[in-house]
Amino acid sequence: MNSVQTAVSQTSPPKKSVLYDPKVRGAFYQVVLVIAIIALFYVAATNAIENLQRAKIASGFGFLNNTAGFDISQTLIQFSAAGSTYGDAFIVGLLNTLIVSAIGVFFTTLLGFLVGIARLSKNWMVAKVAMVYVEVLRNIPLLVQLLFWYIAVLGTLPQPRNSLEMGAGFYLNSRGLFMAKPLWASNIGILVGVLVLGLIGTFIYRRWARKQQEQTGRQYPVGKVTLALVFGLPILTWIVLALVGANPIGFELPRKGTFNLTGGMQILPEFVALLLGLVTYTAAFIAEVVRAGILAVSKGQSEAAGSLGLTPGQTLRLVVIPQAMRVIIPPLTSQYLNLTKNSSLAVAIGYPDLVQVFMGTVLNQTGQAIEVVVITMGVYLTISLLTSFFMNIYNRRVAIVER
Amino acid sequence: MSTAVDMPHFVRARQVEALPPPNLARGPIAWIRENLFSGPFNTILTLVVFYLLYVSVPPLMKFLVIDAVWTGTDRAACRADSGGSESGACWAFIWDKINYFIYGSYTISQRWRVNIFFILLAVGVVWLLWLKAPRRDLGAVYFFWVFPVVSYVLLTGGNENFSGRFWLGFAIFGALVIALFAFVAALLKASLRPALILGGGIVAVIGITLALVDLDFGLAHVPTSLWGGILVTLLVATVGIVVSLPFGIVLALGRRSKLPIVRMASVIFIEFVRGVPLITVLIMANTMLPLFLPGDMTVDRLLRPLIGTALFASAYMAEVVRGGLQAMPKGQYEGAMSLGLNYPQMMSLIILPQALRIVIPGIVNTFIGLFKDTSLVAIVGIFDLVKTIEASRIDPAWAAPTIGLTGYAFAALFYFVFCFGMSRYSLGVERRLAAGQKR
Repeated sequence: MNSVQTAVSQTSPPKKSVLYDPKVRGAFYQVVLVIAIIALFYVAATNAIENLQRAKIASGFGFLNNTAGFDISQTLIQFSAAGSTYGDAFIVGLLNTLIVSAIGVFFTTLLGFLVGIARLSKNWMVAKVAMVYVEVLRNIPLLVQLLFWYIAVLGTLPQPRNSLEMGAGFYLNSRGLFMAKPLWASNIGILVGVLVLGLIGTFIYRRWARKQQEQTGRQYPVGKVTLALVFGLPILTWIVLALVGANPIGFELPRKGTFNLTGGMQILPEFVALLLGLVTYTAAFIAEVVRAGILAVSKGQSEAAGSLGLTPGQTLRLVVIPQAMRVIIPPLTSQYLNLTKNSSLAVAIGYPDLVQVFMGTVLNQTGQAIEVVVITMGVYLTISLLTSFFMNIYNRRVAIVER
Repeated sequence: MSTAVDMPHFVRARQVEALPPPNLARGPIAWIRENLFSGPFNTILTLVVFYLLYVSVPPLMKFLVIDAVWTGTDRAACRADSGGSESGACWAFIWDKINYFIYGSYTISQRWRVNIFFILLAVGVVWLLWLKAPRRDLGAVYFFWVFPVVSYVLLTGGNENFSGRFWLGFAIFGALVIALFAFVAALLKASLRPALILGGGIVAVIGITLALVDLDFGLAHVPTSLWGGILVTLLVATVGIVVSLPFGIVLALGRRSKLPIVRMASVIFIEFVRGVPLITVLIMANTMLPLFLPGDMTVDRLLRPLIGTALFASAYMAEVVRGGLQAMPKGQYEGAMSLGLNYPQMMSLIILPQALRIVIPGIVNTFIGLFKDTSLVAIVGIFDLVKTIEASRIDPAWAAPTIGLTGYAFAALFYFVFCFGMSRYSLGVERRLAAGQKR
């Protein structure tokens, strides 16, 4: 206020000082900021070098080629304590993170959309149950939920010799879920080829059907044809191949031994607990996203569609969902990212994901905190930035073009 | 066929009794028909939901309430082989350990200090969140300065015993700061008084803070390694909010700044932190922070995750505040500038008071996330509520099959009550703020 008064009371404009030039001031502030940041990094770096030398910890990324010397309970690639390196351990951890995230994203989308639509249901009971689900799951920390699933639910499963038989080759016990393992025969290529053909056929048919509709107004049963080509054709081929005695897929069932189950495929209880926790927790958030998205489509849109003579199903499919998706997709993507980042809580229940393997075991064994932390954070950062990059492209494509 | 003319005339002589309302148009039965059984699909849905409730709710109630064990002094009460009940929650366990869950291993004779901390925290939260509270500006001073300093002294015991050399150093530092302000004022040919008041004020605030920490109030020292339970959970959340709100505002202003380097630094920090999981930040704080400091300096084990969560929350807070800044109409900025206000005046007097008000729901939602995330400090070995439950769960004196479930049920209940309450509050504020615009 003071400066304002003096400025008013002066009759002749004062000589402009260079210190009052916004450009000069801006440059000055930025120089100060740059110096402060450089000083911070310099002090941190010199201290780190000194501390590392004193603790006799090597630096650099050479440790990635050293023998790991520990085992991992779930490996998607060949891995052994004696023959594999820290670099291999990194890849194992990364793959485990990616697979739990990918499967989690799939199931949480299904559950989230289901609950989100249920919240808007006209059925009072369904809407209320969905609301309670969302409120309870959203307001309890994921860590508590994971520990609950892992220790309180899966921890009460029986010993392997008393495995619960669930039929169709599924067994459940304290070592996880056991199921039939598919064995691929050499002629599996035929099946894959048929599947690819089906996909290509669907693509061509859809283009043709759309063109026909735009030109003549006639509609073709796109959904049914897609189902037939993508699922029907490969299944038919499989049946035919099996009938002629060249079955491309066999199953190895788990056998019950005295103390353990052998053969088949084993899914770790840690994996099941993590997946359950991530899916149910994220679904509560996705449900809210979906609800908001559907509510964002104004009522006039569906009324207009109705007055054009579209059936309720068509209204939903052609008018409401395309517009709701525009609102839903961006927050949905950030929920997918949250799920991926939250999968790092695996460390609490011992599922060997990237953080547990690399930031846990490898960091403790090598002591190379800086390198390990940088690599791990770099992985998550890359996933985030790549996703938001593609998100921006998508957003630009679907954004409403205003005249 | 008869025409109107042929029709015999008929005039009703008395009023007809009103028909009874249709049975199924209103009343509870009609409501049920409309909302639960309006068609075959809805009927099936309702029945499925009823079945789901039937298989889930009664066993849950049975476990949590009906079959639960309420009293007992050790595991015997919750084990079938010693005459107890195994089919319900073992609340006796929670009751027995409740002090550990609240205070951790905090010295028993000193626990009144923790209680005072809880009360001070509640006062600050109510003062700031209750929209009609008087003098909320004083509330901010209380919450962001008085409360942290007092809490620090209360919880640790204060009495840092700074040396005479330290105070000499501080005196020189203070004199330098005041001189710097005076010098800048002289350079800009501005009046000296406000500069001196500002410089003196900053030095005084730091000085009073240091003096309070230094003084001996006769409180016994309690090392942070003894702190635990709900105390630590609330402490992490409180430090998170006290640091992240101011720091988040600074970052948001930086991101909206016209100066390219300031903007870039803010964007890099925000996007970096938001792109990585909190647990990696915590592990980084745990392993890398000691490396970056001079060899003879150690960081308290509790302080490391506090720094990690505070930085993490700041990035999210910055994005919330940025939303508020962007929602401000341009006219507000232009009006402030045309009054001749400079940047700090414009921001502190015009823009921020309005912007922060509209993002209160967003701030509370971020805080809910932060509050839930505090449970992650358990992973880096801090004894928060989750970790104390983990530790008690394996206590042999309470070895019983239902202990794990009971412990997590208690934790879930605790977090749910807090988070649900806060989310209701933020919904209420949202509705209140929207009311002004609806009209």
